[in-house]
Amino acid sequence: MKRDPSPTTLRSQLTAFFRVIASIIWKDLTVELRSRELLTAMLVFALLVVLIFNFALELDVKNRTGVTPGILWVTFTFAGTLGLNRSMAIEKDRGCLDGLLLVPVDRSAIYFGKFISNLAFMVIVEIIILPVYSALYNVNLFHPGLLLVILLGSIGYMAIGTLLAAMSVQTRTRDVLLPILLFPVVVPVLVAAVKSSGGFLQGSELAEILPWLNLLIAYDVIFIAIALMLFDYIVEE
Amino acid sequence: MIVVKNLVKRFGLKTVLRGVDFQVEPGEFVALLGSNGTGKTTFLRILASLSRPTGGNVRIAGCRLPAQAEAVRSRLGFVSHQPLLYGDLTTEENLYFYGRMYAIPNIEQRISEVLDMLGLDFHRRDLVRTLSRGMQQRLSIGRAVLHDPQVLLFDEPYTGLDQNASVMLDKMLSRVAARGRAVVITSHDLIHIEDLATRYDILGRGLIVASSTREKLGRGSLLTFYRQAFQGA
Repeated sequence: MKRDPSPTTLRSQLTAFFRVIASIIWKDLTVELRSRELLTAMLVFALLVVLIFNFALELDVKNRTGVTPGILWVTFTFAGTLGLNRSMAIEKDRGCLDGLLLVPVDRSAIYFGKFISNLAFMVIVEIIILPVYSALYNVNLFHPGLLLVILLGSIGYMAIGTLLAAMSVQTRTRDVLLPILLFPVVVPVLVAAVKSSGGFLQGSELAEILPWLNLLIAYDVIFIAIALMLFDYIVEE
Repeated sequence: MIVVKNLVKRFGLKTVLRGVDFQVEPGEFVALLGSNGTGKTTFLRILASLSRPTGGNVRIAGCRLPAQAEAVRSRLGFVSHQPLLYGDLTTEENLYFYGRMYAIPNIEQRISEVLDMLGLDFHRRDLVRTLSRGMQQRLSIGRAVLHDPQVLLFDEPYTGLDQNASVMLDKMLSRVAARGRAVVITSHDLIHIEDLATRYDILGRGLIVASSTREKLGRGSLLTFYRQAFQGA
């Protein structure tokens, strides 16, 4: 019969768990600071998408606010996919993923480390894109509610994206496979994020926005739970 | 130290390992030889807990795989033909990263010891991507021995190395093995392996088809033994 772990064992396991997460985040940020591959690609791509929409749609003052949530989430989604692909490719190229998997700790710590790093990169891109968008489209995006939605949407997107990127990186067609796998799965998060973003931008009642926010939170929790359950099986042969 | 009984591994319909029995004692240096596609890498990846066996029993340092994989991982080091190192981190940072992951106490001191042993102290602040293939492979060994494991697994460590780097790697492996660890190495380079290993096991058709020791074979007989094993297989 399996014995319950003692409080000391549990504490040391938790310490190891958080140490691995912190180490992976430190490593990812240091590597990115040196190479600037991931953030540059995400940022340039996101800026181009915002610019292209700006020229293509020729929006007037009236319908500008209405399309803003859609443009924003398309931009974040595309830039996020680019970042996810690159982030996992760094792990795969020199066999580094095996190096991580050899560490004597629960593998969900590796998932969380990569998830938080990817989320940090996406948030950095969003922080830069929001003022640029505001200036180009003349829309005020600095609404606390909208910022919360962007954070929640990014969490859900990166939670399932990190899992699927770990899966697709094992294949030869990883660049193509990730969006094909990710976009259909992430649709509920995107719909909820677009609806609640629109609600905050148009000044709707909180009661109208709340169901979408709840859906967003529910999907965040579901995606993180699914990823925790499946990550070990996905990365092991 | 390593006990494998009736190990089976299938990838879909393809059976790679068909019931391998294998044992390594502490201090033994075992060379696992065989032609391409015989399952050497798959076998080592199962021992390293990177791949799940389809059937059979695997015990490393008294711990069962895959049930006690975390305990096994803390007791083994794995070197593959890929360096498992980050090109945009320095030599020192790579070791520091893995040292933190393994919760090694006095990590700075341990890194200095390992870099000194590897002859890489002068390159401690160089980015790994600027190092030569031979240096990266030495550093890869450093990463594997950083937590002082009881079991070491080397998968084709000579791949892509020139003559000088291979000789240096020989010295490194001898030093690492001289510390009473159980070592398993796969390689096609019989010349290097003959002097290093104390036992030679030949893997063919998903089974160990022949096994002998350096003492029994005598110097210069490994190639003949290898050919005979495949003729019989």
